[in-house]
Amino acid sequence: MLYEREQKKLGREKLQRIIDTCKNVEGRSLDPFLIDVKANVDTVKKYFPEWKIPEDLCLDAETIHQLASVIRLQSEWVKHRSTTLYADPFLLDEKIRRAEKVEMVRTFIRVWHPIIELEQISIQSLAEALRYWESLAPLDERWKEIAPTGVGSGTATREELVNQRILRDEAFSQELENFWLELKKEVAEKGKDGQIRYETFVYSGTYEYTVNRAFMTSFLITYGYATLEIHPLEEEMFIVPYDRQVTRTSDKQLVSIPIALAAEQWRKWKKGDRE
Amino acid sequence: MSKKKAYYANKLKRATHMLFYKKHKKPGVKGWELRKTIGSDYPKVLKILGDHLKPLDLQVKTVFEEEKEVEKPTQEQLDKARFLIELKGELTPKESKMIGWRIDDLAGLAIAISYVISKKGKSPRKEVEELLREKLPGWKVGFNIDRYVRYGYLAQDEDDQLYLDWSTRAEVDQKALVDLLLRTET
Repeated sequence: MLYEREQKKLGREKLQRIIDTCKNVEGRSLDPFLIDVKANVDTVKKYFPEWKIPEDLCLDAETIHQLASVIRLQSEWVKHRSTTLYADPFLLDEKIRRAEKVEMVRTFIRVWHPIIELEQISIQSLAEALRYWESLAPLDERWKEIAPTGVGSGTATREELVNQRILRDEAFSQELENFWLELKKEVAEKGKDGQIRYETFVYSGTYEYTVNRAFMTSFLITYGYATLEIHPLEEEMFIVPYDRQVTRTSDKQLVSIPIALAAEQWRKWKKGDRE
Repeated sequence: MSKKKAYYANKLKRATHMLFYKKHKKPGVKGWELRKTIGSDYPKVLKILGDHLKPLDLQVKTVFEEEKEVEKPTQEQLDKARFLIELKGELTPKESKMIGWRIDDLAGLAIAISYVISKKGKSPRKEVEELLREKLPGWKVGFNIDRYVRYGYLAQDEDDQLYLDWSTRAEVDQKALVDLLLRTET
């Protein structure tokens, strides 16, 4: 047991050393052939059966990864040596270190072809810039704040407010009562058993007016002037007007019933498919 | 002047303006920019311009995106390439002083570039600094390397590794530099 633990410890140290050497070679651009990849792979192989916990397996994977990087560097090294640019780096290093400043400059300027580029402004662009400057409005004019437009106070007549649809020409409660009377009259004329189909009552000559009637009907029902009877299977809705306004005292939760009033549906109705 | 001559004279002027005057942060003009302004026959216009520049010891240099010389470039490769005007011949030591580089700075640049080449195009900044410190005052070394990076001769990554950058690839004949260095008698 003790031997096994010692073995593992030694194995971890060896793998860590391989990782550090590989990183060193890559980081300091050393000769990648300094590393004996085969011997290192043998070491990794030797200790692999010992690893059981994830940390050790990660260390093993990291070692393989670093060795693969060294192999890549070795391949690049060989490629570089095979190119015409290759010169012995140690010899080159030595030459650079020994070269005198002046000699180095002499060598360099023989192979240096500096780019020619002008940054000077031309007389044409200068003239154009002057023209632009002349036509440019001063800053205080360009950044002038937009003054708020003056709003005078005055009085508006009731008719004007009604025309602008800010006020109605009669009080809403009065309008609602009139609408209730109309409903009762319609039920008496066109309805059956004290009720009338929702579409028959609400739909009218224009779509706008139809929407308005639906809006008013919703208030009739909410305020207890009428109720809605729904037959889900037949997909039919009937409005039933009350004789008197009913005040709801029931503990029952009131529910909202969404009723679609699509323009397409209204158009169909208008074409004659009223029933 | 014949109609054809006048046609090319006008294009030649446009190309000269575009190539000589600095337009972008990086020097030169891209092929697609030339095509847009001069027309699809811009390679021909550049060839004529090159002929005009030759007696002045200047040339039109093409730097391909692939970083290597392309013998028969396609239209796409030309469009992506960068065109610039550079000195064709060699500078004399006196002239090198006139173009705004002190001899120390130029020697430092030469050493830095040569050292990075000797390290296969990648070297830790620390090593280059140590090398330059042998012959340049310490306070100047870091400043100079920053300047080489700023001018696009060297590039530096987040691990403080130095590489050869765009200006070196465009302006320096790396193979000739290595050959000359190896031939020096020291």
